[in-house]
Amino acid sequence: MCLAVPGRVVSIADRDDTRMAEVDFGGVQKEVCCEYIPDVQPGEYVIVHVGFAIQRLDEQSALETLANFENLGILEEEFGDGFELAARQAGEDVPR
Amino acid sequence: MKYLDEFSNPDLARRLLDQIHAATTRPWAMMEVCGGQTHSIIRHGIDQLLPDGIEMIHGPGCPVCVTPLEVIDKALAIAARPEVIFCSFGDMLRVPGSSQDLFRVKSAGGDVRVVYSPLDALKLARENPDRQVVFFGIGFETTAPANAMTVYQAQRLGLENFSLLVSHVLVPPAIAAIMESPTCRVQAFLAAGHVCSVMGTTEYPPLAEKYEVPIVVTGFEPLDILEGIRRTVLQLEAGRHQLENAYPRVVPAEGNPAAKAMLADVFTTTDRSWRGIGMIPASGWKLSDRYATYDAEVRFDVADMHTEESAVCRSGEVLQGLIKPHECAAFGRECTPRNPLGATMVSSEGACAAYFQYRRLDLVEAGGAHA
Repeated sequence: MCLAVPGRVVSIADRDDTRMAEVDFGGVQKEVCCEYIPDVQPGEYVIVHVGFAIQRLDEQSALETLANFENLGILEEEFGDGFELAARQAGEDVPR
Repeated sequence: MKYLDEFSNPDLARRLLDQIHAATTRPWAMMEVCGGQTHSIIRHGIDQLLPDGIEMIHGPGCPVCVTPLEVIDKALAIAARPEVIFCSFGDMLRVPGSSQDLFRVKSAGGDVRVVYSPLDALKLARENPDRQVVFFGIGFETTAPANAMTVYQAQRLGLENFSLLVSHVLVPPAIAAIMESPTCRVQAFLAAGHVCSVMGTTEYPPLAEKYEVPIVVTGFEPLDILEGIRRTVLQLEAGRHQLENAYPRVVPAEGNPAAKAMLADVFTTTDRSWRGIGMIPASGWKLSDRYATYDAEVRFDVADMHTEESAVCRSGEVLQGLIKPHECAAFGRECTPRNPLGATMVSSEGACAAYFQYRRLDLVEAGGAHA
């Protein structure tokens, strides 16, 4: 969970007076809080940790990192279903 | 031995390794602080590509692993309550408490939910005004801004059914504690890049000076780690001990000022126990007085729970870099990812899990571990 994944800001909107962005992570889109990078603009790349943009990143570095993560299956770990991952590890069914 | 062509840029990896080999004249032991770096090192076999004398000591920078047993037990007690929706990152589900884990609490009917972001927990609190929503707020300085913002928003929105079980820990006091230990073998640190992307680098020069250790802020990808090691070796060989930033594309010296301002408002420094290591003074954050009503320990009256660590699990020694995971007799035998004795075997960033996932067959072939 100390992973921080680069993504491209698609759009930005204020929600309940909080700056939220739609961010694309190599095809997976997530809603991300960008209060900590208040002047970020659509088209820019940011590093995202647990749903929060914590720094900007240049496009080339971002794309290289995303390609690496994709190859290593890290994106699935980050955005997959936590209970499914835990159940697989435990060798058990997902509790319902 | 791993193959260099697995690296995203094999030529650059080769050049960095050549420089590391050329510069190294003596054995050196350096610690990568962050568990994400440990996984990258083991997964890509970076330690096996280094000169024989260079030892990577795996540090305590896995937040899941260092969350103390009694905090896990508090989480389990709160999560089992019928009025509670207990929200956590997925990493925490199978971390063993004294008698069970969050996965089992869920199986027994507890309302445990995995969220991607703490703001998801806040959303649940708004949607379920008749329930108590608790978020398990663990992590280092990288994660703390997200939890701080969530508590700030809860107060701003007047959400009284939200609270945070806080167990935040900090890197610089851990570095100091490691250096103060009489058994310390660490001669240099690769500092955790994403922690520094929030906090900046200004906390580290005094540590480098006081303990006479090079500290190199390092990223997480294989090439970043090789560059961090290269810069560390050059400092060690030259007898220098300075802070260097080998991850400037993500780490400005000042960090993230907006996040630091929020942290200063929501949290205050406190002593924290680290699982397997013990109490480190001023090594964590708790909610500041202004946000004290959002403290789940107080709300659910679990502040006085105390528990003892397992005698079999040697994760404390692993987390301090005193032993490698496979040197524990339980590794791969009583303790596996399926039946973990300690958190280091569970977390995607734990050193024991990394060795089990990527090294077990090598270790068995070498006769160094159990099948």
